[in-house]
Amino acid sequence: MYIEVKDACKDFVQDGKRFTALDHVSLDIEKGEFICLLGPSGCGKSTLLNALAGFEKVSSGTVRIGGKEVTEPSLSNITIFQKYGLLPWRTVLKNVELGLESKRVPKEKRAEISKKYLELVGLSGYEKRYPKQLSGGQQQRVAIARGLAVDPDIIFMDEPFGALDAITRMKLQEDILRISREEKKTIIFVTHDIEEAVFLADRIVVMMADPGRIKSIVKVPLGAHRDRTSDDFLYVRDKIFELFNMKTEGFIEYYI
Amino acid sequence: MKRLLSLKNVVISVAILILIWQLLFYVSSYDKALFPSPKMAFDALVEMIVSGKLFENIKTSMYRFAAGYFSSVIVAVILGLILGRLPKVFQYIDPAVQLLRPISPTAWMPFIVLLFGIGDVPAIVIIFIAAFFPVLLSTVAAVGNIDPIYLKVSKNFGIKQPSLTWKVILPAAFPQIANGIHLALGTAWIFLVAGEMVGAQSGLGYQIIDARNNIRADILLATILVIGLIGILLDGALKLIEKAILRSWGGAE
Repeated sequence: MYIEVKDACKDFVQDGKRFTALDHVSLDIEKGEFICLLGPSGCGKSTLLNALAGFEKVSSGTVRIGGKEVTEPSLSNITIFQKYGLLPWRTVLKNVELGLESKRVPKEKRAEISKKYLELVGLSGYEKRYPKQLSGGQQQRVAIARGLAVDPDIIFMDEPFGALDAITRMKLQEDILRISREEKKTIIFVTHDIEEAVFLADRIVVMMADPGRIKSIVKVPLGAHRDRTSDDFLYVRDKIFELFNMKTEGFIEYYI
Repeated sequence: MKRLLSLKNVVISVAILILIWQLLFYVSSYDKALFPSPKMAFDALVEMIVSGKLFENIKTSMYRFAAGYFSSVIVAVILGLILGRLPKVFQYIDPAVQLLRPISPTAWMPFIVLLFGIGDVPAIVIIFIAAFFPVLLSTVAAVGNIDPIYLKVSKNFGIKQPSLTWKVILPAAFPQIANGIHLALGTAWIFLVAGEMVGAQSGLGYQIIDARNNIRADILLATILVIGLIGILLDGALKLIEKAILRSWGGAE
């Protein structure tokens, strides 16, 4: 398996209270898959993503990518953050060139590659602007171009559209779906928006809180072109809704 | 239009100041050699300009100021960048800094004169001390306040030291560091005069002492005005530089 999480546990201590963010989580992901980690806050979806991306270590269990244990972030697995993480003192072009500088790509080549990816995210002509002069959606596009520019194998996205308005979010969802097909990247996408997950994912990993765990993994049998209003789409969406409702039933049974 | 309005404010403000001075001159019972009128101070200023003495002293003072201030800023920023990344080390250094910081740089003066004698060095050292702590502390704080997302992104994109400092930490911390540098400029300029009054035989500070020794209150007051004027000009120049740098920082507000 390409990405392999086995029995991953992660505990935090917050205000003297122990808190289990991940409780024996196991997950396999294949190359080229678009995976959404879906769940309410506190379900450990961001913790799992951080462990995969190498920002945090799990307390026990293993996280492997391509057979190798993940110990630190790497240029071949890029994370896109909700807050964009653009460097405000750099122009758009210079921001996209950031990772290429570490790869020691020559100057002209850097600009060439960066312009190509800015075009891919629909921001040609914005090269000389500064992040602050762009809207939130445009800034996230720059961050996506910056990630793609280093030609990573995997792109991790941590609620990347969470700070955007609904219409911009939908537009970006369409674009990221198109880009994921064109660039053939493995994408792991964290969200708490059910529709977003159904629109994007090949498989949805539904997670639950207290302790953070995987409730179930739902395959989304929709093709490359997804229609938010089609019956198939609504069917899958309802199935996910049901999964979340079952949590309450489970609770009631527990107390009886 | 805005410029003109603020110019109008300056003219009115200075006119009021001169008017009060003139009134005090009329009502004071002091000898006019001890309490001169604005006109007398102005004449003394012209006299110093014509004799070349003023520019000689300004040059000397500015040299000391530049040497003390810039060396202090450079050392403090570099040290601050290092200590800001090492909070565990800084917690052992911070108490010492807090102990030294409230000591007026002039308190060091006799000690410095004992060590280095009279001349350029005491003034430079005192300016160095005056500028050092505000810049150091604001740099350490600025580095500590950097949004962690910049460091996460840097880690992800494989930016390692020393590039990390030049490409990410310094620019991210710069706006706050600039604040400290700006604050230190005023403080340093204030202590230049103190340093030259005690530890030098030349410069604007010494010119004040010299004027007192010769009972030339007109020269004394003229010199004070020149010191104030240069202080404003330095502040204005730094503001312009700051603005230019911050503009290229993308903070185009």
